[in-house]
Amino acid sequence: MHQESEIRDPLILGKKTYHDITKEIALPVEGKANKYWWILFGLSVVLFLWGIGCIAYTIGTGIGVWGLNKTVNWAWDITNFVWWIGIGHAGTLISAVLLLFRQKWRMAINRSAEAMTIFGVVQAGLFPLIHMGRPWLAYWVFPIPNTFGSLWQNFNSPLLWDVFAISTYLTVSTVFWYIGLIPDFAMIRDRMSKTISPMKKQLYTLLAFGWSGRAKHWQRFEEVSLVLAGLATPLVFSVHSIVSMDFATSVIPGWHTTIFPPYFVLGALFSGFAMVETLLIIVRKVVKMEAYITIKHIEYMNIIILFTGSMVGTAYITELFMAWYSGVEFEQYAFLNRATGPYWWAYASMMSCNVIIPQLYWIKKIRTSFIATFILSIFVNIGMWFERFVIIVTSLHRDFLPSAWTMFSPSFVDIGIFLGTIGFFFVLFLMYARTFPVVAQAELKTILKSSGSEYKTRNHE
Amino acid sequence: MSKIKTTKKYWKGLAQLNNDPIVDKLAQNEFVEELPVDQFLGDKENLSATNSSRRDFLKFLGFSTAAATLAACETPVVKSIPYLVKPDEIIPGVANYYASTYYDGRDYASILVKTREGRPIKIENNGTCSNSRVQASVLSLYDSSRLKGPLKNNSETQWAVIDLEIKEKLSNIKEGKIALLTSTILSPSTKEIIKEFKNKYNNVEHVMIDSTPYDGILDANLDSFGIRLTPDYSFDKANVIVSFGADFLANWMANDYATDYVNGRNPKAGKMSKHYQLESNMSLTGANADKRIQIKPSEQGYLISSLLDGINGKKYDARLTDIVKALKSNRSKSIVVSNSNDKNVQTLVNSINNTLNNYGNTISINKPSYLKQGNSKDLENLVSDMKSGNVEALITYNVNPSYSLYNASVFNQALENVDLKISTSLYNDETAYLMDYVCPDSHNLESWGDANPKHGTYSLMQPTISPLFNSRQFQESLLVWLGKSDYQSYLKNYWIKKGVDWNKSLHDGYFSLNESKIRTSNFIDNSVSISKKESNSIELEVYESVAIGDGKLANNPWLQELPDPLTRACWDNYLTIAASTAEKLGLSNWTVSNGAMNGSLVDITAGNKTLKNVPVLISPGQAQSTVGMAVGYGRTRAGKAGDNVGFNAYPFLNVKEVEIKKVEGEYEFASIQLHHTMMGRDIVKETSLAEYIKDPSSGNHREMYHTYKGKLPADQVSLYEEHDLETGHFWNLSIDLTSCIGCGECVISCQAENNIPVVGKEEMRKSRDMHWMRIDRYYSSDMTKELSKEEKISPITMYSEMEVPSENPEVVFQPVMCMHCNHAPCENVCPVAATTHSNEGLNQMTYNRCIGTRYCANNCPYKVRRFNWFQYSENDKFDFHMNDDLGKMVLNPDVVVRSRGVIEKCSMCIQKIQELKLTAKREGRPIRDEDAQTVCASSCSTNALVFGDSNNKESEVWKLRNDERAYDLLDHLNVKPSVFYQTKIRNKS
Repeated sequence: MHQESEIRDPLILGKKTYHDITKEIALPVEGKANKYWWILFGLSVVLFLWGIGCIAYTIGTGIGVWGLNKTVNWAWDITNFVWWIGIGHAGTLISAVLLLFRQKWRMAINRSAEAMTIFGVVQAGLFPLIHMGRPWLAYWVFPIPNTFGSLWQNFNSPLLWDVFAISTYLTVSTVFWYIGLIPDFAMIRDRMSKTISPMKKQLYTLLAFGWSGRAKHWQRFEEVSLVLAGLATPLVFSVHSIVSMDFATSVIPGWHTTIFPPYFVLGALFSGFAMVETLLIIVRKVVKMEAYITIKHIEYMNIIILFTGSMVGTAYITELFMAWYSGVEFEQYAFLNRATGPYWWAYASMMSCNVIIPQLYWIKKIRTSFIATFILSIFVNIGMWFERFVIIVTSLHRDFLPSAWTMFSPSFVDIGIFLGTIGFFFVLFLMYARTFPVVAQAELKTILKSSGSEYKTRNHE
Repeated sequence: MSKIKTTKKYWKGLAQLNNDPIVDKLAQNEFVEELPVDQFLGDKENLSATNSSRRDFLKFLGFSTAAATLAACETPVVKSIPYLVKPDEIIPGVANYYASTYYDGRDYASILVKTREGRPIKIENNGTCSNSRVQASVLSLYDSSRLKGPLKNNSETQWAVIDLEIKEKLSNIKEGKIALLTSTILSPSTKEIIKEFKNKYNNVEHVMIDSTPYDGILDANLDSFGIRLTPDYSFDKANVIVSFGADFLANWMANDYATDYVNGRNPKAGKMSKHYQLESNMSLTGANADKRIQIKPSEQGYLISSLLDGINGKKYDARLTDIVKALKSNRSKSIVVSNSNDKNVQTLVNSINNTLNNYGNTISINKPSYLKQGNSKDLENLVSDMKSGNVEALITYNVNPSYSLYNASVFNQALENVDLKISTSLYNDETAYLMDYVCPDSHNLESWGDANPKHGTYSLMQPTISPLFNSRQFQESLLVWLGKSDYQSYLKNYWIKKGVDWNKSLHDGYFSLNESKIRTSNFIDNSVSISKKESNSIELEVYESVAIGDGKLANNPWLQELPDPLTRACWDNYLTIAASTAEKLGLSNWTVSNGAMNGSLVDITAGNKTLKNVPVLISPGQAQSTVGMAVGYGRTRAGKAGDNVGFNAYPFLNVKEVEIKKVEGEYEFASIQLHHTMMGRDIVKETSLAEYIKDPSSGNHREMYHTYKGKLPADQVSLYEEHDLETGHFWNLSIDLTSCIGCGECVISCQAENNIPVVGKEEMRKSRDMHWMRIDRYYSSDMTKELSKEEKISPITMYSEMEVPSENPEVVFQPVMCMHCNHAPCENVCPVAATTHSNEGLNQMTYNRCIGTRYCANNCPYKVRRFNWFQYSENDKFDFHMNDDLGKMVLNPDVVVRSRGVIEKCSMCIQKIQELKLTAKREGRPIRDEDAQTVCASSCSTNALVFGDSNNKESEVWKLRNDERAYDLLDHLNVKPSVFYQTKIRNKS
């Protein structure tokens, strides 16, 4: 059995038995939704519908309904795309990388983090689709046999790499997530009464994939998890590296930077963890998971945020240094313009939210406070959105020839679509919270006797 | 062959044969038996018992309606009718060119008209200089706002009806005058008709006016030489050009001085004129000057007077030191011109030119220009005659006095006293609307005609399409009222009688007659010196904008959307003002969040004239305490594109001093260049003539990379595989920044050739212009990199100060279109390979493959790619020519109209290249260098753009490619453009 040092803080609070865990985690699925859930869900649906309206308007009328122009051809669309993709990253890191590193604290949060990943990638995937001038021809980016003669995709284009990277990422994440869910679906299936809710029972039976809890099943489960973790780990690094190449392979000053792949990956983890915190701090309250998602989990994540935040800050400074050191006036101007030009406020928001504010986590009191963490995580989310906005818009709006310099201002449609994806994300997440076991209870039970507070004290005595 | 007997008769029965009355009776009744209607409807009981219920009825009704509707749901069939008998000269798909003449009362040009399947679609230059208005005039042909037929009291009528009435009314005039109010008339045959008209009717008076009057210079010449005409200037022969406010490269006098001017500035030939411009508004000419001195309009007379003193060795103004020196050492090789409409000032100018012995050398008064003959005094007399009721009939032609006169309201009032008012306008414009009869003239491209722009030079106008509407050209109308007809034969006979080879001249479009020089009196110097006047008030100078001119073509959306070369604003006029003056008055321009420009509003007052809520645009180079505003805007009856664009500045035509008061509110401009300086970048490479003579490659420094092999230019450190550019053609375009004057003619030419949509003011304001080529304008700034290094200024301050143009900046123009990079950044990034490289050095855009990710546009360092943000054709939101069945006739059938959601850009006129190759192939010969043309190159009046095949070592473009002045824009990127520039050379010390 897993042994854990006694000086480590417990990861499961209170006097829990295996059955308690089962009951408490199945409760949101089996019970009725509370008032807060309905309020949040209602709000999200409204936003979602508004977003759909804006998307329909865009597709029906033309991209002109956005605020773009001949100089700034991407703005909120790709900002949102990169932001959502970045948010997805923490999920994979938690479930794959932390699994390989045998970090047991991940067990309480990996399910929700991965759900967030998948729902985030769904939002992200929407943007490359709708930002096209002719989205009905989007299938042309897939290398499918066609009747267009010898026409094929341009494999030099980073946008095409994106297509492969993101679809791979979405597939692997979904499979990984689902594999982890099988024992938990089985648990719900077994608790479901055939007479009271036959439909649900049937559904969960189907989802449980014939899980019987045999030792052979457990062995395969562990093996598949490990293999998928191995597969998913490089994806954590590849996806955002490839997304960063949309910019890095271009000629635009401020985009054309070799530092982008690691910088984007770290930024993605940074924003991903912040989003996990934002969500889990709400989830543990709304679906009553206080015993499983503890301040210790939060603290661990805060440390990662502090680390990645500092790395991101280093990247920002490196960029500035390289601009100066390169001696290229276009490069120098691009960064000078970011910091002091018309979009200085975006740069300042980015710097303060991403570099300065996370430094507060050096203070233990802040690091171990739910409220402070919640507030700071929101700051990071905002900061990381601004990072992408700064990279995209401030680089484009003043590039080589001053005659073409202009600015960008979002239209109500730009804003509507962004809010719509937030709504869509929460619709998915809230539905998930009511139908899926939000904590990987099967895995969690493996550490109850080593990391549960009750057992820790008992062992101690 | 047997024939069917047509007399054979058939009958249905014997009854019919026998003409039995029953046959007739039966034929009347469709139903042999009476229908049992009464039985059916009268029997209520049975009726309610029938099986057909009301529901059934509705079902049948519904079914039949649906069936009828469905049957109607067929794709609409657009019928095209093939030629029954094909005209010999028309081969579908092959363009025909006809030589003709453009003259609208203001702009004159000898043109070639390209027609396809019988419709004119493009204007090309025919040896003379033209301008953007001439290029755009083809769109005005297809203007659905034109009058569709004659009007009587603003309601439609028939030609026959009004001709009868007009003739009768004209013949009945005994006492009063019949006035013909026209623009300057260049046509000798029209003058002949007017003469006949004068003979036939009593008291006919012909008054000519120009929308911008030139009385000053005309009257001065009358005094000096005894002829009321303007001389012809040879700017190519002048070593020194001094212009006091005369915008001779754009709108002053004739519009064909640009070619001469640039011919006189050829650094390669070692000959480059020195051009001084002294002006208050920043004009296109001023922007091209070697030295520009800011003066107030009121100072002009004094300075010209002082210049004369200087030349005569007397004391003169210190500002003129260089000019006096330059003029004195270039006697008989200089030109001094002024835009003043003051006779005294122009007399002084004549005196200067005479003292410098320029007449007969650079200025020809014996072979004068006939382009400006208007006489404001005649007009004033006419108006007072009208007021007093002495004028019984008024016929207007090519003029719009109710709009373009400074005292239009006085004219309108006087007009009420005229019994018979006839307009021959193409539009129901401001004047025509007030007339009894409107006899719509035909468009230039529908008309016959001739012109005599200069002494000895003639050109002919021939129709290239039969009139689209029920219009009739003015000359024809006059002939009809004379009881004659057929202007075409009249014109032909007129010239044949004069011994002109009609067919050849019509084919060429122009001819010259060996006429003896005009006899002038000896130069009489009656110049009076003008002393200095101090004035502290704000002075106004009204000007004609480069795009709109006098406002005649205000309803042409191409011209409305052509950004002004200097302010880069379109769809507007405004008050131009110097930054320092604006600051003093608390006025400003600022950028809003989407990058667009807003400006303060002012009220302008001069005497009893007031213009309210006029936007202010800060124009670097505007002299302090002066303002400028363009005429040609503020039309109220121009048509849907031109109505209520800007405000009418004509009432202020003769105003000198104005009062300006800031008012609340702000104005939204549509300016497509928000950034005015080069920010210290090496974009337009520039050198001086002296430096160039020392080292032809001066100013043309290449960016070098540090490598282990030493410093190397970008193209030698490339990682890319090269395209094979040696085999076949390699299409290149050279742009000479010394020759380019920035007029924008090529922009319109490109718009016409390539079916570029008009997007309207709102979209232009959002920086969504669709022009495939643009002419960037950069002002110099007081802050330079050298200065910041010297004075140790921080980069942040340096760059922010670099954004501010100088008060009197040097200006450069740079045409930018797709550079057709041979290492194109756009080609790499398209996921679906919609933009690819041709083996002839062109970057090609496949519209139907484009899915619209716009990645290419982002990655384009020159920002020349244009995205179809909306559906621009057949969309009511963009109600310009592409949303109009008639307007669409101007579209070039060789170029596809793009749909929404795709990127487009300059194709280097690939359709013309293709035609060129096919023609050469069919004729079994190599391509001739002079045949290879893009429309921007062929329309350029100053030959700044040269297109050709660089693999042809004989070609001009190859020579230019290897010139020391040639450089690639942003060469450090090593994108290897097929378009390259020649350094700008200024003749300055």
